[in-house]
Amino acid sequence: MNDLLRRYGPVLSILFAALTAFWLLALVVLPDLYLFENSFRPYLPISEVGGPKDFYSFDNYLTFFHSPIHIQVFVWTIVYSTVVTVLCFVIAYPLAYYLSKVARSNLLPTLFLLILVPLWVSEVLRSFAWFIILALKGPLNILLLGIGVIDQPIRWLTGFRGVIIGLVYTYVLFMLFPLYNAIQSLDTNQIEAAEDLGSPWWRTHWRVILPHAKPGIASGSVMVFMLSAGSILVPTLLASTSSRWFTEIIQQWMFESQDWNTGSAYAFMLLLLCTIFVSVVMRLFRVKLSDIAK
Amino acid sequence: MSAGVDLDNVCADFGSFRAVDRVTVHIKPGEFFSFLGPSGCGKTTILRMVSGFIRPSEGKITIGGQDMRDIRPNQRPTALIFQNLALFPLMPVWENIAFGLEVRGVDRKARRDRAEELLRLVDLPGAADKTIGQLSGGQKQRVAIARALAVEPKVMLLDEPLSALDLKLRQHMRAELRAIQKRTNVTFIYITHDQGEALAMSDRVGVMSQGRLQQVSAPQDIYNQPVNGFVASFVGENNIFAGKIGNISSNMAQFETSVGTFKATIGPDAGTAHNPKLYVRPEHARLVAKPVNGENAIAVEIADVAFEGNFISIQARDAHGGILVAEARNDGQGSVPSPGEKLHMVFDAERAVILADETPAANATP
Amino acid sequence: MSQARRSDWLFHAYMVVFLLYMLLPLVVMGGAAFNDSRFPSVYPWVGFTDRWFVELWNDGRLWGAFRNTLFVALAVVGLSIPIGTAAAILINSLSGAARSVLYGLMVAPVLTPGAVIGISTLLFWNKFSVPAGLHLSVLGQVSYIAAFVMLLVLARLQSFDRQLEEAALDLGASHAQVLRRILLPHLYPAIGAGAAIAFFQSIENFNTTLFTRGTYDTLTVYVFSKVRSGITPTINALALILISVTLACAICYEISRRRSEKRAAMAAE
Repeated sequence: MNDLLRRYGPVLSILFAALTAFWLLALVVLPDLYLFENSFRPYLPISEVGGPKDFYSFDNYLTFFHSPIHIQVFVWTIVYSTVVTVLCFVIAYPLAYYLSKVARSNLLPTLFLLILVPLWVSEVLRSFAWFIILALKGPLNILLLGIGVIDQPIRWLTGFRGVIIGLVYTYVLFMLFPLYNAIQSLDTNQIEAAEDLGSPWWRTHWRVILPHAKPGIASGSVMVFMLSAGSILVPTLLASTSSRWFTEIIQQWMFESQDWNTGSAYAFMLLLLCTIFVSVVMRLFRVKLSDIAK
Repeated sequence: MSAGVDLDNVCADFGSFRAVDRVTVHIKPGEFFSFLGPSGCGKTTILRMVSGFIRPSEGKITIGGQDMRDIRPNQRPTALIFQNLALFPLMPVWENIAFGLEVRGVDRKARRDRAEELLRLVDLPGAADKTIGQLSGGQKQRVAIARALAVEPKVMLLDEPLSALDLKLRQHMRAELRAIQKRTNVTFIYITHDQGEALAMSDRVGVMSQGRLQQVSAPQDIYNQPVNGFVASFVGENNIFAGKIGNISSNMAQFETSVGTFKATIGPDAGTAHNPKLYVRPEHARLVAKPVNGENAIAVEIADVAFEGNFISIQARDAHGGILVAEARNDGQGSVPSPGEKLHMVFDAERAVILADETPAANATP
Repeated sequence: MSQARRSDWLFHAYMVVFLLYMLLPLVVMGGAAFNDSRFPSVYPWVGFTDRWFVELWNDGRLWGAFRNTLFVALAVVGLSIPIGTAAAILINSLSGAARSVLYGLMVAPVLTPGAVIGISTLLFWNKFSVPAGLHLSVLGQVSYIAAFVMLLVLARLQSFDRQLEEAALDLGASHAQVLRRILLPHLYPAIGAGAAIAFFQSIENFNTTLFTRGTYDTLTVYVFSKVRSGITPTINALALILISVTLACAICYEISRRRSEKRAAMAAE
């Protein structure tokens, strides 16, 4: 802090501090605290807010625990977000390895340019693309029927199939880039040293490359899980009646019931879920927050 | 235990660039062999071909009589020590050393024991559970050697492993490496651009330039009997005179230069060389007031005298202003010339050698 | 020349498959924009048409949403750049516990689901009787986009030689001059990248905007409601235009990069 004063003087220092304070207090901490506080208050008509009925209780959370359907949706959201995270890792890891250690370096800018195209197209359109592809009479079924892999069109958009396909497509790049960064920073001599000592390829990956890539795995997993669990677009567009996502229930409280208090309670649970996931991953991979946020 | 390595007309091409050009050399089992040359001469490429990371474009490499053509790096009886050592930073010291054994399915207890044993061999007992980050430069060196020895390689390949160390440690590690090599009797192939290292440690040295092997000899022969101008000037210092060969009688010849005509020994291939030169090492040049009649002598003026401790280095200017160097042992009594003094530089015909610039495509088999 | 590995072609094939997986859906979506069928699809192919583009052009709500999106994105850039830069400079001068706590607070919004950010922003400002609207969308988006800017600028600050500032102060520069002439020029690349990322993140944002927008439309929200209500291939037409613009930008960037690379190579010789 003294350092800051010495370099930039009191006026600028106060300006920096004020901007940071505005961000962290007015945009991050206080809204979240207020969300937390609100989640313990009942939903009342405006005239009764602050009145005798306005007291703290766990009622909003009890609504959740008394609703088997909501609990089920919450659990499915966790399970399938985890599945999506694992799938993204499985798809992205060989690719990250290829891009950082195998591919010719003069090809890389072009490859990245092509890979990045979907990222610039908004999420809603990406989901929409899969909505078209996975339709019962859509191109995928036509193609599969055409080459004779199947003889009956598959109903892709039943259960969680559509959601998983859509989420993996939408978020796999958020796994690819941290993994690529991590593997790229590994000295290629390390891989050759392992090989020279007689290590087969799988052991080189298991003992040398994967441990080095841990921060990347952690970072990618956290992002993919958070984005999946919090996704609204993909589940709405690609889910069926039998597969609901937790964010849809939050939306229901907020927009259909206009019950913002119960909505806060549910939103807070989603936040809690993501926080727990981040802590578990940090513990599991023994990485710091600053490793994740690269 | 150890195996010989034979390179038979080995070439390596990178696109149109030929990094290694028809290298043939037979390295004996248990030998400490060094490839010496400036950076970019192809010595590292040779090492990577022996270890299997690069496939020769032509020629054959055999280790212990076995053709290595289709054998992958992880199946070769070689162990490579990388220039930057490439220790695994996320494993403790002992796991680093035992990694090769882990790969071979040795159980944990035996791996640990072997790692401890090797740590004692490289004089680093008690470091088993340290992390790589806790080690000093010299200690890392030893761990890398222990890691390579753990797989009981028949051939150890070392890629300038001492270059990152400071001078004192480097000299200490030279002796250490040599001792470890004698103790284990493993064939060592050592890559370096440092002539001191190569000459001090090796049984034989192969000098390389531009992908070609120039000379393969014992260290003293590399220094005393260089086969061409490249070897003579890359290894040690020389006073070099351009000129042309006059009368030849048996292994001696007259050599005509701009500062006089000298009698000198004629080196291999020099007689027919396009552009032969005369080489005289500073320690073979003496400065005298009056040369004996018929002796090789050049009139010079002393330019600078540098006292180096055990010897004295004297720079002198010839009639055309060219700088010549003479070195004299400091025996504690002889008088030292002073700058400006006019003397004669003399040298023996047996100690002066006429050499071709470079042997084209030398197949320098001993 | 280097040891050709048997597994290499497998990797190449995998790369190609992945690229197809990434790009084909976009091709399908774009292709459907020209199909003269009421429902967006490439099969069966009814016939070539440009009517979806015409319909798109005549869609007044779309243009409103487009304007809103631009407004929000520019506001987000304008706010998150100073905030993120100030926060990076501030945290760079701290160490120890204060630094890690503050760092945690700054990174947290990136790891928070957009819906949560949206709802908490809505509720918090509603308490001060600020109604929902685009201004809240801006604030909600800034809360996590500023973190991206902060991370980029902080990374750039690590490579800054702090003695330069001391030298400038020693030569009698004022604090503002040090900032303007020494520090900011060093940070410009990171700030530029931050502005680009902030802009695109804002355009893309859906979750936070959905809860804070009130009755206003942004492009993503509009497309979403279109997709949900009656799907017509106008969406595909819009998608195709967006993809083309993106691709054009990317290709321009690539060409200029190659050209400057070539120039650098020539300068080196």
